[in-house]
Amino acid sequence: MRRLFDDELADLDADFTEMGMLVSEVIQQSVDSFTNRDAVAAQHIIDTDHEINQREIALEKKTFEMIALYQPVTTDLREIVTILKAVSELERAGDHARNIAHATIKFGSKQKIPVLEELIDQMGQLGTQMIKDVLTAYVNKDEHEARKLADIDRKLDQLNHQVRADSYQQMRQDPVFETGASIYLNVAQDLSRIGDYVTNVCEWIVYLKSGQIIELNPANQDSTD
Amino acid sequence: MSKEILTTQDLHLYYGDKEALKGINLNFDEKGITALIGPSGCGKSTYLRTLNRMNDLIPNVTITGTIKFKDQNLYSPSADTVEIRKEIGMVFQQPNPFPFSIYDNVIYGLRIAGEKDKEKLDAVVEKSLRQAAVWDEVKDHLHESALALSGGQQQRVCIARVLAVSPEIILLDEPTSALDPVSSSQIEATLLNLRNDYTIIIVTHNLQQASRIADRTAFFMNGELIEVDQTKNIFMNPAKKQTEDYISGRFG
Repeated sequence: MRRLFDDELADLDADFTEMGMLVSEVIQQSVDSFTNRDAVAAQHIIDTDHEINQREIALEKKTFEMIALYQPVTTDLREIVTILKAVSELERAGDHARNIAHATIKFGSKQKIPVLEELIDQMGQLGTQMIKDVLTAYVNKDEHEARKLADIDRKLDQLNHQVRADSYQQMRQDPVFETGASIYLNVAQDLSRIGDYVTNVCEWIVYLKSGQIIELNPANQDSTD
Repeated sequence: MSKEILTTQDLHLYYGDKEALKGINLNFDEKGITALIGPSGCGKSTYLRTLNRMNDLIPNVTITGTIKFKDQNLYSPSADTVEIRKEIGMVFQQPNPFPFSIYDNVIYGLRIAGEKDKEKLDAVVEKSLRQAAVWDEVKDHLHESALALSGGQQQRVCIARVLAVSPEIILLDEPTSALDPVSSSQIEATLLNLRNDYTIIIVTHNLQQASRIADRTAFFMNGELIEVDQTKNIFMNPAKKQTEDYISGRFG
């Protein structure tokens, strides 16, 4: 029996996926803007960030309505809860893309540091791949893929540590690099946070499929885990 | 661990040739609320009625299998239905107060049993009506007709009438389906107050009611017990697809 609820859920699902694609594009654009030091593209990201926030609010409102009106249970409830939780993670990931855009503008025409440039480039590729893969995992309700993505997050964290170490070294070597190196630090931190938020979305995909609330984020796992 | 107070094994019930219960195995621990849910005609009310032999009154009914209340076989030839119904009371869908005063309704069972001590009867009336959470509303009208009460109050008086004979088990067959939401929530609150002292088994079509008040929920379909589990599991993560489909409104 096809229920009215199924139609509404399909709409909600499509809206969520659309927002995910928007966030994915913005992350890609922010990484590109930093790589190319494209201040115009960066400013565009900052100017349109509110669109992501508005979508988040609209999706939250819709989930509250559906919970109140249909009182969903079992997998219906899990689908709604997954979207309600994951939408906040996406919005926060979008905030970090905006931070990267700000960093692009702040960097301006300062001298690039090749070793850090290379590391950020690697992180950017991993981060943009992660957000694309998590959307595919969501659309396919693929718990296995979602769990695998946490490994990429681990690589992002390692690269973030390396950026930190190299940045401090650069600053010590030559104070001229100080401002530039601190911006690399921030961008690496933003990309690492994007990885964390995507990993949180992965956790909600696992919940959607299994009903289990798990911790995939390496930073939040107990050492005994 | 609480112990089992009521057990049913391989229970079959036939209305003539039609098999309405197809081998039910379901046990109840002492205390707590169990909800029986399922689509119309699934056998849940039929099952409930077997638990205090209400089906005895229907012609052409055949029952096989075993129902034991505290190790005593309810369907053995020596079983006394009056005694059984004192231990295992029942509340019906339509509030059915007798056309007497509230007071006389509540003590009906005791009076039949020959109790005449006025002080004792007064005490039982007050205690039962308090337990049924209707005392404050009726204490000044105890000798007025129970038929003058609202539907929700009548139903709580009926619960008090069952409580007055100190049963161990209370069966309720859709006790709120004829009541408005406020009266329903008063009945639910009453049942929650009673869950620590009585074993309560309730048939309900209101799934939210089951999820709100029941410790355990049993899902029936086509005369079979499909699944029984903690209510939380049934509503969050049922083991059987049929259960999931029913409680999420995909059929039924």
